[in-house]
Amino acid sequence: MSAPLLSVRDLTVTFDTRRGPFEAVRGVSFDVGRERVGIVGESGSGKSMTGRAILGLVRPPGRVGASRLTFDGTELPGLPERQMRTIRGRRISMVMQDPRYSLNPVMTVGRQIAEALRVHGRPSRAEIRKRSLDMLAEVQIRDPERVLTAYPHELSGGMGQRVMIAMMLVTQPELLIADEPTSALDVTVQLEVLRILDDLVRRRGMGLIFISHDLRLVSTFCDRVLVMYRGRIVEEIKASLLHQAQHPYTQGLLNCLPRIGGGHEALPTLQRQDAWNDA
Amino acid sequence: MSQPPRIEVENLTVTFGEGRRHVVAVDRVSFRVEPGESYGLVGESGSGKSTVLRAICGLAPIEGGRVLIDGQNLTGARSRAFTRQVQMVFQDPYGSLHPRHTIDRILSEPLSIHGFQGRDQRITQALEDVGLDPAFRFRLPHQLSGGQRQRIAIARALILEPTVLLLDEPTSALDASIQAEILNLLTRLRREKQLTYLFVSHDLAVIDHMCDRLLVMRGGKAVEEMTDGALASRDVDSDYTRALMKASEGFVRPGAA
Repeated sequence: MSAPLLSVRDLTVTFDTRRGPFEAVRGVSFDVGRERVGIVGESGSGKSMTGRAILGLVRPPGRVGASRLTFDGTELPGLPERQMRTIRGRRISMVMQDPRYSLNPVMTVGRQIAEALRVHGRPSRAEIRKRSLDMLAEVQIRDPERVLTAYPHELSGGMGQRVMIAMMLVTQPELLIADEPTSALDVTVQLEVLRILDDLVRRRGMGLIFISHDLRLVSTFCDRVLVMYRGRIVEEIKASLLHQAQHPYTQGLLNCLPRIGGGHEALPTLQRQDAWNDA
Repeated sequence: MSQPPRIEVENLTVTFGEGRRHVVAVDRVSFRVEPGESYGLVGESGSGKSTVLRAICGLAPIEGGRVLIDGQNLTGARSRAFTRQVQMVFQDPYGSLHPRHTIDRILSEPLSIHGFQGRDQRITQALEDVGLDPAFRFRLPHQLSGGQRQRIAIARALILEPTVLLLDEPTSALDASIQAEILNLLTRLRREKQLTYLFVSHDLAVIDHMCDRLLVMRGGKAVEEMTDGALASRDVDSDYTRALMKASEGFVRPGAA
């Protein structure tokens, strides 16, 4: 196997609280190649913090520690902010959950995409326009000319999310971190956005880290799944083998979902065990 | 007919705005819910499912059609008797509880409005019903987890001993494991107290699990009504319902079988 795109060893994210330090991420290790990796867990499991820590987006007073955090051979922590910016956004991009909060409400879509392009080069106006329109068409926006001049509030949730994805991919990153990219969307729109992501990942040979609380969705979309519980990875499993999951937490998460045709019997609930904390 | 349905909605139409901003949120929707039944409304955002609930409560204007509870036509401001009988649980347990009121105050307010006696005992009982320790009584909402807050919201709805619960996406904001606990709680309470549920959700699997019959809605219109088991046996008429069912199974890679 070739060297992985991203290599993470013993990642920790710590916050100081009045009751002493709290570790939101407690020693997480994994590699990502040109593949789709899912990170699944419930709220507070540290899955989003893991994604943010990779890009150096954990704000002080939060502290990030790792024995290794390399992207394409470059050690990320300690990199001067100036150099970090040549990686963040250009080589590693991140799509956030809700387009309503992550798009700038007072800038047109066109200006926001242009901003992303300008930060990472000196393209001409005509080139910016062409690349923006191409990218919007690529995420299946039917009328790119109109959307380019639209403000975020004039777009539906699904369109906003596609604009976000377009903005993040227009710089042609090698790795995309998507933090609950479809959770705010309706199921049918959700699948459409996933289809676009899937297509782009395959065609461009991009790596993808897909962070989600939705185990069923992740298992159908990703190649490999990391299951997080209280800041640790409790299980790593091939997505297609998820039904053979060994860890009781993974099994519990799968079983507690209602199923169509599952009847009206009480659902099995998750009995949390202290032992899982040190898994 | 011996007994009128508990809830009867007849050609309900709800509109908002005027002129160019005129929106028909609910368009001639009809259904009936028998006493003790659990009925589901399922659809995507903008389908009008929540607006139906709001119209029943008098929170959205009824433009056309009728809503009847136990055969009584609802018009004008809802009476105190109505609020005793019909209670609502909202989606967001963070937004639906007053942040500066203790659980005790949150639960005693409806009791004092309706002049109930024996508040102390009723509050203890309500907490016990939803599986919370009596010690929670003097806490504030921010000291509780999301699941515990939703339990409080359910306790508040049940404390007036209503016959009908309107549930608006009661588990959408919760983690899957907590969702299972709340759904089990709702199932148990319905059995114990012979409640009638009108359950709104975007999640087909949740509705199928919780409801005896369901109505699929889209763009303010009723698409199709289905009975228990029809989803499981894929006895589906409309393409839209089929698309929803397919979507709820997860992602299918194009080209893969």
